[in-house]
Amino acid sequence: MNTLVESCLTALTLIIGFDNQLLAVILLSLKISLAAVCLASLLGFPIGALVAVGRFPGRRFATVLLNALIGLPAVVVGLFVYLMLSRSGPLGELGLLFTPTAMVIAQTVLITPLLAALARQVIEDAWREYQEQLISLGASRPRAALTLMWDTRFSLATVVMVGFGRAVAEVGTVMIVGGNIAGVTRVMTTTIALETSKGELPLAMALGIVLVAVVFLMNGMAYVTREWSMRRYG
Amino acid sequence: MSENLFPLVMEGVSFHHNGQTIVDNMTLCLDGATRTIILGANGAGKSVTMRVLHGLIAPTSGRITWGGQVARPLSASNKQAMVFQKPVMLRTSALRNVTYALKLAGVPNLERLARARQAMVRVGLGHLESRAARVLSGGEQQRLALARAWALNPRVLFLDEPTASLDPTATREIEEIIAEIAAAGTKIVMTTHSLGQAQRLADEIVFLHRGRVVEQTPATEFFQKPRSPEAAAFIKGELPWI
Repeated sequence: MNTLVESCLTALTLIIGFDNQLLAVILLSLKISLAAVCLASLLGFPIGALVAVGRFPGRRFATVLLNALIGLPAVVVGLFVYLMLSRSGPLGELGLLFTPTAMVIAQTVLITPLLAALARQVIEDAWREYQEQLISLGASRPRAALTLMWDTRFSLATVVMVGFGRAVAEVGTVMIVGGNIAGVTRVMTTTIALETSKGELPLAMALGIVLVAVVFLMNGMAYVTREWSMRRYG
Repeated sequence: MSENLFPLVMEGVSFHHNGQTIVDNMTLCLDGATRTIILGANGAGKSVTMRVLHGLIAPTSGRITWGGQVARPLSASNKQAMVFQKPVMLRTSALRNVTYALKLAGVPNLERLARARQAMVRVGLGHLESRAARVLSGGEQQRLALARAWALNPRVLFLDEPTASLDPTATREIEEIIAEIAAAGTKIVMTTHSLGQAQRLADEIVFLHRGRVVEQTPATEFFQKPRSPEAAAFIKGELPWI
């Protein structure tokens, strides 16, 4: 019990004192996950939209596949990206393994299916309401997909934040492809894992607090965005 | 606007869905001038008939011709527009909902804004153009839907029970706008389940019963002396005091 209280106090001192090491780790975490969620949105939303409104053989299968991929084990994604990027892998030439770029790639692979699946659900619901009207106005399927992505932008913003939350809180993939190199690829989650195993609880605790705060903040923003948009646009 | 769009003809059109016959070997000929109102009990096939004519639904068999030319299934050309029972608006301003339709119809960028504004003014929504479309009242949204359709300058306007979920005042406003659109030279094809509305707006009644056209009669004659026993029963059921 004493350790816990002490750790918490030290953690707070670190946070309030803007400890350099702590700050660097937090910033790297945010940067990597932000980049990953941007890339994953660019990839995932159009995929989700096309599966939602498209007419092609295997559409049902694509829906099931997207939903199944949400549950992709993070370590397996890490392993896959590791194999792709390792010296002997197909992308080994690029020398990306154990760099922040590799971590962005891994997180993108991890959360793209999540964003695509959630976007599909959101857009398919909208499509059910708009379908006749849009077809009546002469919209092609790709055009309808674009229109619906724009129309559901506030719900999709929530989806982005869910994706960010998953990416920033995830430890398996970034550990494998990033290598947890101090000052280079060490992010919040991998630091927490490392420091805890070393018994250095205050730093781990400080990062834990920040991580939870970030996730809370994201969900709060998602909620506020939705509320605001519902009032503004119906 | 070429007149060779008419007559608009359904030839032996059937539509089956889940083993049910919704439209049954229907033959119907519509001219380009009159206001046609499709009447019939619930489940008579009114809505499906409209959607088949508009091109939203491909018939199971039979064909639709416009001025003798076979319509491509599921192609809603911009010579026609449709207003639905529940207006569907995008999450943007009222005005941009109209310009969006014009954009899809291939109207050049410079022309869109002026045409959209003009249509909004015609339906009495000029002052609400920057308001978010989906927070407008039900009646205002339906007027906006009419503005959106009108801005396209359609030769035919299909309306599927456009006032079914509106109060009497809003209904009256919508009816006035429909009458104006018709007076400006657009063919009206509309379904309703209000006989009063049919009497106010129709030049011609098409009466459906179980997926078939039972009669197609000038409106005045229809309400005085329906030719078919089904229509007579329908009028009597709806207006028992006549």
